[in-house]
Amino acid sequence: MDKFTTLTGVAAPLRMINIDTDRIIPKQFLKTIKRTGLGEFLFNDLRYNPDGSEVDEFVLNRPPYRHAQIVIAGRNFGCGSSREHAPWALLDFGITCIIAPSFADIFYNNCFKNGLLPISLSEEQVHKLLDAADAGSNENFTIDLNAQRVTDPNGEIFEFKIDPFRKHCLFNGLDDIGLTLGKAAIIEAFEQKRSVQNPWLKLGP
Amino acid sequence: MNAPRTLFDKIWDDHVVHDQNDGTCLIYIDRHLVHEVTSPQAFEGLRLSGREVHRPEETLAVADHNVPTSNRAAGIIEETSRVQVETLERNVTEFGVPYLPLDDLRQGIVHIIGPELGFTLPGATIVCGDSHTSTHGACGALAFGIGTSEVEHVLATQTLIQKRPQNMRITVDGECRPGVTAKDIILSIIAQIGTAGATGHVIEYAGSAITSLSMEGRMTVCNMSIEAGARAGLIAPDAVTFEYLEGRQMVPKGGAWEQALANWRTLPSDEGAVYDREVSLSASELVPHVTWGTSPQDALPVTSEVPDPAGEVDVERRASIERSLAYMDLAPGTPLVKVPIDRVFIGSCTNGRIEDLREVAAVALGRRVAQGVGAMIVPGSGLVKEEAEEEGLDKIFIEAGFEWREPGCSMCLAMNADRLEPGERCASTSNRNFEGRQGRGGRTHLMSPAMAAAAAVTGHITDVRALL
Repeated sequence: MDKFTTLTGVAAPLRMINIDTDRIIPKQFLKTIKRTGLGEFLFNDLRYNPDGSEVDEFVLNRPPYRHAQIVIAGRNFGCGSSREHAPWALLDFGITCIIAPSFADIFYNNCFKNGLLPISLSEEQVHKLLDAADAGSNENFTIDLNAQRVTDPNGEIFEFKIDPFRKHCLFNGLDDIGLTLGKAAIIEAFEQKRSVQNPWLKLGP
Repeated sequence: MNAPRTLFDKIWDDHVVHDQNDGTCLIYIDRHLVHEVTSPQAFEGLRLSGREVHRPEETLAVADHNVPTSNRAAGIIEETSRVQVETLERNVTEFGVPYLPLDDLRQGIVHIIGPELGFTLPGATIVCGDSHTSTHGACGALAFGIGTSEVEHVLATQTLIQKRPQNMRITVDGECRPGVTAKDIILSIIAQIGTAGATGHVIEYAGSAITSLSMEGRMTVCNMSIEAGARAGLIAPDAVTFEYLEGRQMVPKGGAWEQALANWRTLPSDEGAVYDREVSLSASELVPHVTWGTSPQDALPVTSEVPDPAGEVDVERRASIERSLAYMDLAPGTPLVKVPIDRVFIGSCTNGRIEDLREVAAVALGRRVAQGVGAMIVPGSGLVKEEAEEEGLDKIFIEAGFEWREPGCSMCLAMNADRLEPGERCASTSNRNFEGRQGRGGRTHLMSPAMAAAAAVTGHITDVRALL
């Protein structure tokens, strides 16, 4: 997994609430057996007309935002399906940070497994950032994970919270399977205990 | 004396492998369901890092999302779908994971077959790379959906790193009137608390209206917990649960069954257990519900009218309602029962079980699908299909003009050939009415199986109580 340390880039304002993962990446693109190549289909039905042409007014089709690295959106971002294709599509497009008042749980977890930083701020703060992002081709939204700060183009600083473990893994690009496998002895001890206390739970040898 | 604990607390505490003191716990996973859409990249990850599946025996794989629901003998015609199913078959062979192939009678939707085979047990932790894993909570299992990276983590370690969710209890007391079902209960709950109303929480459903539900009804309720944002849904195991499970294929037998029962009886929440949030509603006042918009929270009693966004004070919510109504092509003030229907979809992990099909048959018997309406019934599994046919339900359906299909996820998410055409309006027993969910430009109205059957025979959204 790529590390996330700091990021300076364009932020695309997406003024919608309850953006579900079907909307982020519709089901016809879930038939892939790879993680890559989904960026082209990110927000497919919002971004393209049925004939395949671009929807001019959609934010990611507008020049300053075509190369956005940050998305600022309404509350409950990423609700619905557990598809990890949603963060894969965002990343493949080049987006590595989402700022919203709240996120759905599974999407939020999935972000951290892929080096994508979801930042939760208050409704009021997000509205300020949306307005700032509306200004267009500014290159100066800055995200600093270690300091837990977003700096907007006007220099205003917004501090955000993040779980220490998630921050640690993201900041260092850690593979948490490797970390867990380092606890093989603890897992084995748990399995032994389960075999004794709740043997009915065990399937197989 | 220990502090009183909730059902969730007990299962969670029983599965903590390691408290990592950083806000997360390593928890043990007893059962892992795998399907073709969210697993290929996980198996690929194992292969690239030279890892094995830690507990293949506690993993069960099945193809459901992409599978054809007609003419199975022809195989999967669409190439990308076929490749995905073939990839699953190759992976389960390579990694030694038990698999139910397409021609196995037990094949079906992951969340139907788990309880049906007794793979799902009370007090167990269950995960699957699918958000509707919450379904299994109806058996008193802590069950939740995960992403593909987490699927890989569970395959490799049989554990997950999780932040402990909070406890929420939703109490539904009273008796449902005829025509009001589990689907109406859960739709009205989501309408009340909102699509993010339970984010970060595990919902325990309680109250007389919940305990009087069959296991099928309980599964419908728990299934849609995710549509309220919940991490999981749970219902305390009781005599109904035990009777449902006893004798099923993978359930412990003999002395092990007795031992399991003794454990399961200790699971219900203790008197005085504290919940972070409590919500209650009365079942006796409930009316059949139907959705009008593009979020499961957009549900109203069928006796209502399409809402007017002008009445909404929250600016973002108003914009969202306006967008939904434009997408759904509905005018504010239109009575819901005046909305015409082109298609009917009966099935999915929400409502693809035998009891759902019986409710449909009760409405369909002696009636005909309305002129111009295409109605399909997709059983949740091969076993559900077999049981329905033994009861003669298939004959009632076919006689009434419904299509009777092979098991799978089908038009709930339209990954296979079953989908809406742009502009088509569907009465659906599935769980999501998102824009494009059942096909780009398709319009979905969520409702119970009985309500969907009523819409099928009348050609418009109908209060099923008039047909009972």
